[in-house]
Amino acid sequence: MSSKHVDQPRTIVEKIWDNHIVAEQPGAPTLIYIDLHLCHEVTTPQAFQTLRDRGLKVRRPDLTIATMDHSTPTTPHNLPILDPIGKAQLDQMEKNCADFGIRLYNLASDKQGIVHVMGPEQGLTQPGMTIVCGDSHTATHGAFGALAFGIGTSQVGHVLATQCLLQQPSKSYEIRVEGKLQPGVTAKDIILAVIAKIGIGGGTECVFEYTGSTIRGLSMEERMTICNMSIEGGARAGLVAPDDTTYQYIAGREFAPKEKDWDAALARWNQLPTDEGATYAKTLTLDANTLEPMVTFGTNPGMGIPISGLIPDPANISDPIEKSDLVKALKYMDLKPGVPLKGQSINVVFVGSCTNSRISDLRAAASIMKGRKVSSKVRMLVVPGSQQVKKQAEAEGLDKIFREAGADFREAGCSMCLAMNGDQLEPGEYSVSTSNRNFEGRQGKGGRTFLASPLTAAASAITGVVTDVRSL
Amino acid sequence: MKFETVESKTVALPIDNIDTDQIIAARFLKTTSMEGLGDNLFLDWRKLPDGSLNPDFPLNKPAAKGAQILVTGDNFGCGSSREHAPWALKQYGFKAIISTSFADIFKGNALKNGLLPIVMPRDIHAELLKWSGIALKIDLASQTVTLAGGRTVEFPIDPFAKECLLEGIDELGYMLKQEPAIAAYEAQRAGSVNTLA
Repeated sequence: MSSKHVDQPRTIVEKIWDNHIVAEQPGAPTLIYIDLHLCHEVTTPQAFQTLRDRGLKVRRPDLTIATMDHSTPTTPHNLPILDPIGKAQLDQMEKNCADFGIRLYNLASDKQGIVHVMGPEQGLTQPGMTIVCGDSHTATHGAFGALAFGIGTSQVGHVLATQCLLQQPSKSYEIRVEGKLQPGVTAKDIILAVIAKIGIGGGTECVFEYTGSTIRGLSMEERMTICNMSIEGGARAGLVAPDDTTYQYIAGREFAPKEKDWDAALARWNQLPTDEGATYAKTLTLDANTLEPMVTFGTNPGMGIPISGLIPDPANISDPIEKSDLVKALKYMDLKPGVPLKGQSINVVFVGSCTNSRISDLRAAASIMKGRKVSSKVRMLVVPGSQQVKKQAEAEGLDKIFREAGADFREAGCSMCLAMNGDQLEPGEYSVSTSNRNFEGRQGKGGRTFLASPLTAAASAITGVVTDVRSL
Repeated sequence: MKFETVESKTVALPIDNIDTDQIIAARFLKTTSMEGLGDNLFLDWRKLPDGSLNPDFPLNKPAAKGAQILVTGDNFGCGSSREHAPWALKQYGFKAIISTSFADIFKGNALKNGLLPIVMPRDIHAELLKWSGIALKIDLASQTVTLAGGRTVEFPIDPFAKECLLEGIDELGYMLKQEPAIAAYEAQRAGSVNTLA
């Protein structure tokens, strides 16, 4: 599989790919180099065991960094961990990192946090890099113009041992968003609208490149929200070409290049954006002007509607499996077709996850909560993405706004996004959640999830029903 | 992880977009080993809230007993990167999954564990999805599925993954042999590869 000649116009995805080819052999996928390997406690233990069994070392501990997030309690970190299996997994992470010489931001570290929040905030995530993690939301780092994707545990072992992966090249899929977002409409609504349009398998074998005036106008945190959910559209990764917004975010962070190295890095990064005349395998264009706040009603992230819309009716669907899947989803969600989702009673609101737990997400939620009370029918959890986000929120007094409104403001972690750590829905409960997946049981066995933005989530917490934030 | 042929009946699970949270729920990912996952495969579908088997779930019906081939709807394995999903499917007893499409990460994870993801043409797939208990023979070397009447259908597979499965080639072993190329790449990239040290 040979790469394009560099004189031909290339997409940013092709450029990063070409820069990382280690070896190409006939009959085998390309061996590509990985610049940054992020690790967490859930998808690495079996990979470290493979290294032990085979007597291998971690090839580049200096390009590997670990944190704790998935099984991590969001109760104060100085309290004992009650779940013995979760504790054993966290203990194993400590041991693996100590044995193999890997830097770990553990529960005692002020840098601990969700791996996809921690990486960018420490300046680890940089344009043009290849970044992997045993986690499908690794695409988040694509916001910086990096080729970042999730891998399985076997591949975690491959990267630990060789700092490389065997990969087939991906197709570039342009998602162009043009226009101005209306008040109350956010980056989360853009990506939910994209996935509702193309379906959750629409990006299979592709990498999304998000382009257009709307994307250019977004902050880095907003771009991360969009890239984060590329996997929910079936894509391997998603990215945004770097620009001044990117560089301003990175400059001065702990692992960012400094002084002369910074100038050299800028020169390299400026070469990355897609060349004029480069071709995409597919293109989708979205008009930001007409977007509304989006909310999902079903059991996959593609089952989304504008907040003013109606829940689809299986009677209008001809494909038999598609129809039965919608019937199944509505049965699980206990919802009727043909009616608005707006006004549906809820039990829980979760603001958090690698999609929407950064400081701007907390500020957005707090702007709605300030001076208001969480409905007496609702339990609300606000879980910052990292200890750094938590510290910043406290410095700005956001924790007080949440607590005074009656919400629970917790320690950093993945929390109720995937309900591994004890933060979970009870069977039958409904949540409005700023996370990324509404699969059956994702937030707890029998739980029912409506995915939405932090604004929609906060507004719904106040009223106790799925709410259009623009009506508050 | 060798794979040559499998002769078995099928079990049909006619649902599109089966995600990895259904295959193996996140609450079972706290393990630090690969073992013990098969018992929790599709658990919240397979078992009723009281812990008894759900008699309506296709895997629990008599026709499914001993089936090593799972036939499912489109886009099987979407969602998370958890390799626990193919581990659980293998431990439950499946050797191949037939669909019209697979999510990328799941497909890669399955192949690395000797679980064959087979993409069938839509018309054949639709037939296979109608009933459980259809006898099939899957032959990896010829990349064919043979139906009971003797009809043979070809399926695509990445040539490298095929060779690894047929020859029992260990991918990590293959990569370790590329050490000179890796060292050369690092030397050439010196100064531009990020270093955390």
